[in-house]
Amino acid sequence: MSHKVVIPIGPYHPLQEEPEFFRLYVEGEKVVDIDIVIGYVHRGIEQLSETKHFDQVAFLVERICGICSTSHPFAYVNAMDDLTKVEVPERALYIRTIIAELERIHSHLLWLGLAGHFIGYNTVWMWSWKYREPILDIFELISGNRNHYAMMKPGGVRRDIKDQDIPKIKKCVDDLIPVLDMFKGAVMDDPVIQARTKGVGVLTNHQAIAYSVVGPTARASGIKADIRKDHPYGAYDRVDWNMITQEDGDVFAKLIVRVLEMYESIKIIRQCLDKMPKGPIDANLKDIPEGEGIGHVEAPRGECFHYVRSDGTNRPIRHKIRAPSYMNVASNKVSAVGGTISDAAITLAAVDPCYCCTERVAVFNKGSDKKICNGWDLIKLSQEKTEKLRKEIFNK
Amino acid sequence: MDTLKEIKKRLGKRILNTKEHSERRIYFDIDKHEIVEVAKLLFKEMGLRFATATGVDTPKGLEIIYHFADDKEGKLINIRVLLEDKKKPEIDSIAKFIKAADWIEREIWELFGINFIGHPDLRHLLLIDDWPKDDFPLRHDHDHNKEEKHK
Repeated sequence: MSHKVVIPIGPYHPLQEEPEFFRLYVEGEKVVDIDIVIGYVHRGIEQLSETKHFDQVAFLVERICGICSTSHPFAYVNAMDDLTKVEVPERALYIRTIIAELERIHSHLLWLGLAGHFIGYNTVWMWSWKYREPILDIFELISGNRNHYAMMKPGGVRRDIKDQDIPKIKKCVDDLIPVLDMFKGAVMDDPVIQARTKGVGVLTNHQAIAYSVVGPTARASGIKADIRKDHPYGAYDRVDWNMITQEDGDVFAKLIVRVLEMYESIKIIRQCLDKMPKGPIDANLKDIPEGEGIGHVEAPRGECFHYVRSDGTNRPIRHKIRAPSYMNVASNKVSAVGGTISDAAITLAAVDPCYCCTERVAVFNKGSDKKICNGWDLIKLSQEKTEKLRKEIFNK
Repeated sequence: MDTLKEIKKRLGKRILNTKEHSERRIYFDIDKHEIVEVAKLLFKEMGLRFATATGVDTPKGLEIIYHFADDKEGKLINIRVLLEDKKKPEIDSIAKFIKAADWIEREIWELFGINFIGHPDLRHLLLIDDWPKDDFPLRHDHDHNKEEKHK
């Protein structure tokens, strides 16, 4: 006999950049419907931004997200550069690009570790976080900070990259290539990872278009869209790199897209360091004219969109911010439905929302609201499934 | 094919005003009654991606700017509508056929008090469920120093 059970996931955890609450409706093992509730830590940053002057806003929006902390300021300064039509110095464009790509690598490594943890590969988790550490050290070398770099400013960047640091950055990214080779090999060759991720949480091309998803989530569903290529900004049109796409739309495809994207990021960083011209790093913007500007960048999770309107004073009168997960999380409504509960953890994680919320999961029996299992149990369920598959595959 | 020419040709007289801020940022003003037709044309027929929508409180009235991205040519097509009646602003929902617009319409509804006619599921997205009914945080007449009273 099957009855419908509700599994609430969330709502929030201090570590999350975007707290959300998933209510999974399950019948037996199968997820039949999902309800997504967001807004638990709505901080009113759009309104706050209207109370700060244009220089301060870059610092404010940096605080939106702790993981991809440069993508919001980057989108904001792009919007400001569009508004003021200022010519940003070449060197500043290259520095912005280098910072954004370093950040993509560390963000993807962080996701890879979490994804590994949720399907029971704790070695992947620890290793990928270990190899993420040198990237953070490089950030500290460049900006003095491991996480909030405060590099972006309208019309330029705040700090230069010193010549003597360049060999260190190059060495750091070069050292990462054998590590990525190892991860790629581990993912491609491991039958258990394939069994856990292939055909799981599929988002078809058609659904991806309907939900207008962005970033790796879109590219894994065969949509050839990358803001860096399609709407070039920074120095992305001055270097040679490839857009990574996959056709299947499942968790495996998203995994592959992210792993392969890190190679491209390394390529971009190396070329930027070689091609970066000498010169000023700031256009020294003075007055912000009346008008409106739009900036969008390819954050690690997808398109990050900022709209700024100025009335000629020193503060924006409207600042609209749309983070990539705003579009991607909504697509869970189709990708998680039809799968099993043990796959739910990895499916919801695959779009790379900050994912700590699953640790607050509880399974409720609909009607009685009696708690059946909590967040750790869901991860345990997922890890047990991997263990079982591993035994089946290796004992053959 | 040039998207811009195509849009201008197909929208014709429905465009009240055009502003080409730069080659890649184009703003079209249209009447609010045309939004469903125009959004259908851009999203369904021309295959543009729906990026998001922005509500703005201006002295003339409430504005909504719908941002559509043309990823093939690297352009952003922005459709602007003006709702002059601030007391009872209303516009047709596009979430009926653009699923991606579902959340953003809910957000504009609660933060600006704009009613989206025909939205499938118009309830609070970011604010708490018992937020006062006539209080819209992103309107300029909202008093942010006032302590909010909730049940």
